[in-house]
Amino acid sequence: MPAPATTSAEKTEVKTIVDPGIERGIENLTPEKTTQIIKSVLDSEAGARFKTYIDICVHCGLCSEGCHYFLSHDGNPLFSPAGKVKQTIWEIVKNKARVTPDFLRQAAEIAYTECNLCRRCAMYCPFGIDIAYLIMMMRRICHKLGVTPQNIQDTAHSHSATYNQMWVKEDEWIDSLHWQEDEARDEIPDLRIPIEKEGADIFYSVIGPEPKFRTQLIYKAAVIMNAAGMNWTMPATPGWDNSDMCMFTGDHEMMGRLKKIHFDTAMRLKSKRIVMGECGHAFRSVYDVGNRWLGWKMPPIPVIHAVEFYHELFQQGRIKVATKFEPPVTFQDPCNIVRGRGLHEIARDVVRTTCETFIEMEPNREHNYCCCAGGGVINCGPSYKIKRIQGDRIKADQLKAVMEKGARVVVAPCHNCHGGLEDILHHYGIDMKIKFLSDIIYEVMEKPAQK
Amino acid sequence: MNSIYTFVSGPLVWISFILFIGGSLYRLISMARLARKKDIIVYEYTSLYYALRSILHWIVPFGSANMRKHPWMTFVAFAFHLCLLIVPIFLFAHIVLVKESWDVSWPYISDGLADILALIVIASCIFFLARRLTVPEAKYLTSLSDYVILAIVAAPFLTGFWTHHQWFGYKVMGILHILSGQVMLVAIPFTRLSHMIFFPFTRGYMGSEFGAIRHAHDW
Repeated sequence: MPAPATTSAEKTEVKTIVDPGIERGIENLTPEKTTQIIKSVLDSEAGARFKTYIDICVHCGLCSEGCHYFLSHDGNPLFSPAGKVKQTIWEIVKNKARVTPDFLRQAAEIAYTECNLCRRCAMYCPFGIDIAYLIMMMRRICHKLGVTPQNIQDTAHSHSATYNQMWVKEDEWIDSLHWQEDEARDEIPDLRIPIEKEGADIFYSVIGPEPKFRTQLIYKAAVIMNAAGMNWTMPATPGWDNSDMCMFTGDHEMMGRLKKIHFDTAMRLKSKRIVMGECGHAFRSVYDVGNRWLGWKMPPIPVIHAVEFYHELFQQGRIKVATKFEPPVTFQDPCNIVRGRGLHEIARDVVRTTCETFIEMEPNREHNYCCCAGGGVINCGPSYKIKRIQGDRIKADQLKAVMEKGARVVVAPCHNCHGGLEDILHHYGIDMKIKFLSDIIYEVMEKPAQK
Repeated sequence: MNSIYTFVSGPLVWISFILFIGGSLYRLISMARLARKKDIIVYEYTSLYYALRSILHWIVPFGSANMRKHPWMTFVAFAFHLCLLIVPIFLFAHIVLVKESWDVSWPYISDGLADILALIVIASCIFFLARRLTVPEAKYLTSLSDYVILAIVAAPFLTGFWTHHQWFGYKVMGILHILSGQVMLVAIPFTRLSHMIFFPFTRGYMGSEFGAIRHAHDW
């Protein structure tokens, strides 16, 4: 293992990012208030898992291998999972919640922008310590202190004000659906995007960024639904957005409200189940975080991710492939639906069904490297972009290797993976395209108009 | 000297075992109650099948991807933990003491083998020490307490080996051996050595989350 590239002091020096959200939050605090708030979080929320994880960690550093930041920074221990816990939670525990503004500034930056909560390290710690949970606890403390990066806090505010992530107004949402329906009717004249239909088999929900700037995905989903002859609907009211940046800022109360309105809306429409678009973090929030906050052991209404849905459509022969996608593809395993839901094998089934040539990245499946955008990191804004790209150099190496084997397109069924990989491909000059599974399916499927 | 010996090999043995067993039970029960109060999900999501599946992958040498990435560490860690358990339990000299007191006994290993196993423990401790001093990610996490814990673990084996071979001052060393063994026992429930009692629960819980809820492997 080479010596760390930067020492703790050097790392502090290169920290030139001044985040107005974090700075303003710190200005509003006094030492007493800080200590009191941290203590109240630890007293009420840090329980047996927290205590055990702190008590038994033997400081072996074996989790390091699990972290893309660590691997991308030439083994700099400051970026190892336990190293990040040492710089945040351990300090708080050791100092009995008495911490300085400088500590808070650094802890917030580490918790929000140096960990994607991808949970890969949990598979590398011999004891199975949930390090992402500890980093999340740091974020929870930051949220309670009001010390959060400005950009992600803005999306959290949007969630509070509109129940969606992107300040999309109610009429704009309905308008976007009508617009996409109109557009798609050029191609398939009888296509519908059924809004507010009661008793549909499928309640289709997407994330805020889809109507905002990836509207073509709603178009493609509509084409797939129509071709497959599904009985589906999308709501006209708030609750259409399944995304959840509040989960990542540490605003669990708001997370609960978001998940509640999402489930409630599906139940108001008496839908049989929720099908979610190709988003990873939203799935995590609906499937195993938000539901728990609300006291649901499992979601109160069946929820499946787009990957499962597409797989089902092919299995049941509801959509057929006209001509397979030609350029050789590789597959990016998104953390939240692979380590979070084990969809890696069926996703590969869909890829093999729709594409001529499929080439594996190494490592893959549960061991795939994170895109470095998830966990709210990309939502912390452009000031952290370079940091995010440098923090995932290992991803660039992985992509270059698979490109050398012939892959030209990365299939990534996750919005965050798209954002992260786009920046990585561009920065490291890797000539590959990124596609959603729905992009590919839309391209290769038999469409009703062509029948 | 004799009175010290009588004290450490009599009352102190009782005290240390009471602290070890009672302390371990206390830690387990209080943690279980805390979890019941604040981490109810641990009870809700723990699945015996997936917990055991995960534990099995992590107690078999090279059963996880990370173990294969660090073959030396894996080799040493497994040799260390195995010998650490085998030597004190199956050492002839220990079994004789128990037999004399309670007339209970069980099979023992030869002294020659015990010597080798004890040396493996000592060598492993030296390996861990060297690793803490040289491997950056371990070095960064290391604090004084980590060295103290390493010393606590190495001491009974060093002193035991010394005493068994009746080297210089072995009588004092014998007393130190008993004392250091007691220190280690008492340290188990109250230091990071408590991973001995909590490992099945943390690993099992993570295995349950990964297996039953997330339908994925965690090794």
